[in-house]
Amino acid sequence: MQQPSAESGVVVEDLCKTFKVPVREAGLKASLSSLFHRETRDVAAVDGVSFSIQAGEVVGFLGPNGAGKTTTLKLLSGLLHPTSGRCSVLGFEPRARPAALLRQITLVMGNRNQLQWDLPAMDSFELNRAIYRIPRADFVRLRDEMIELLDLGDLVNKPVRNLSLGERMKVEIAGSLLHQPKVLFLDEPTIGLDITMQKRIRTFVADYNQRYEATVMLTSHYMADVQALCKRVIVIHHGRILFDGELASLADRFSLDKTITARLADGEEVKVSAARSEIAAATSKLLGERDVVDLTIEDPPIEDLIERLFSSEQRP
Amino acid sequence: MTRPMAEESKPHAMVSMYLTLMRTSIITQFQYRAATYFYMIGMIVEPVIYLVVWSTIARSHGGSVQGFTPGTFAAYYIVWMLVRNVNIVFAPFFWEWRIKEGNFASQLLKPVHPIHYDLGEFAGGKVVVIILWLPIALALALVFHPSLDPSVLQCVVFFFAIWGAYLIRSLVLWALGLITFWTTRASAIYEAYFLSELLLSGRLVPMQLMPKWAQQLSWAFPFRWTFAFPITSLTGPITQRELLEGLAMQSLWIGVGTLLVAMVWRRAVARFSSVGG
Repeated sequence: MQQPSAESGVVVEDLCKTFKVPVREAGLKASLSSLFHRETRDVAAVDGVSFSIQAGEVVGFLGPNGAGKTTTLKLLSGLLHPTSGRCSVLGFEPRARPAALLRQITLVMGNRNQLQWDLPAMDSFELNRAIYRIPRADFVRLRDEMIELLDLGDLVNKPVRNLSLGERMKVEIAGSLLHQPKVLFLDEPTIGLDITMQKRIRTFVADYNQRYEATVMLTSHYMADVQALCKRVIVIHHGRILFDGELASLADRFSLDKTITARLADGEEVKVSAARSEIAAATSKLLGERDVVDLTIEDPPIEDLIERLFSSEQRP
Repeated sequence: MTRPMAEESKPHAMVSMYLTLMRTSIITQFQYRAATYFYMIGMIVEPVIYLVVWSTIARSHGGSVQGFTPGTFAAYYIVWMLVRNVNIVFAPFFWEWRIKEGNFASQLLKPVHPIHYDLGEFAGGKVVVIILWLPIALALALVFHPSLDPSVLQCVVFFFAIWGAYLIRSLVLWALGLITFWTTRASAIYEAYFLSELLLSGRLVPMQLMPKWAQQLSWAFPFRWTFAFPITSLTGPITQRELLEGLAMQSLWIGVGTLLVAMVWRRAVARFSSVGG
């Protein structure tokens, strides 16, 4: 795991967030007794998390539902106060929500709409211009850049309520980036979108990262997003970090079998699984015994690796 | 890397933000102009009922009740309508909806205090309300013949007084709405507030017709400065001294409201941030 450092865009040290959740039993008696004595239990949504992200890095933040991903992003954007531990973003403590920090970050949540529902996105963009104090000339340049990069065309002139989910997400992203944030927290930005739209947004995020040297922390259930954008992934489960490192090293860590797919001269397709250490032997055996015309060796799907990781519940 | 952006100066940016908020609010209101007109028509019912009742009482008492004639009642309740529409603000009941919808979280991510959104947006809506009120007021004037003869000073004070009323109600009800961060069952408190306001503001009955003790008591609350004062500042009878006193009291309540919001807000955000949203 990488050590936190002061130069990082994001530094998180032993971060914890515990929620008090009311415990209610069914029935009238329990309901009456709750009038006088309310029972609660502590739920640790984030439980001693530490990591750091360098400025300009794109990191995938993975985990099943309820793992603590969104809570962590909310802690980093100042929406939640940590129960213990500390975090800093661009050297600021998010819990104080200093305006200087808020002007440099954005949190895009795939299932939340931040634009004015009844108005064309262009009007919401104009509002963001005023809120973020963007000089007119810069605003026009950035807005037109976003429209071009995200291929928004005339969509920005239609009321947001008339846009499809994918179109809405694109204008949502454009609106969230008009102030040219240095840190992007993207929580499921491609949720519910079709493949083409997912790809467009992926390309855009990669381009934005390159162009503005922005730090990106991305959560997604679509592994294609993560594979396309992130060299590094942090995997969280039950509020704890299970893995922090290169995406490519996940396969090594779990030593999952590779798959050899061979197409034979008669058109038949043969699939053979083999441990990494036995790949060479398995391949030469296949080539020696069968009339192979084409052969590929693939790593296991990233989904399988993540699933294995969650089920192992190991600490790094 | 693309060059970093400069920033507009803060005062210029605030003015620009308010104008933009007002502009977007006006556009929204005009998008739903039919709904806005129906809403305005609904708003006529309350003052017209009061007006008809009091005019009838005045006529049955030989033409006036404590100096109020049907004409002065008409003036009072027609101006009442405008004041009421201007002092409608973000109600405490809607805070729960705002938090659940996620609007509040997205406002917290912006580098300005969320109260500015409500102040700006609702102020924009008032521009539409004033435009729509004019033909309604004209029609009511033709039916009820109001006695209205304000001086220039009264008109100037009225202009500031309706916006003062708007600010007082915005701030006080915003602070009250923040109770939602501790409990979503605060309706009883809101109801108590609105009932007190109904009785001690001049909304139900002009303050001059209320018992002496109620008139004195009303000085201790913000209510009369959001209804009776702005209305009377235009309809009279009111002295120059009372006009200035009224503006001073409005300023005082704007100060109290600002302080209240500042105090409760800090705790409310800490609460929101510890329990989640």
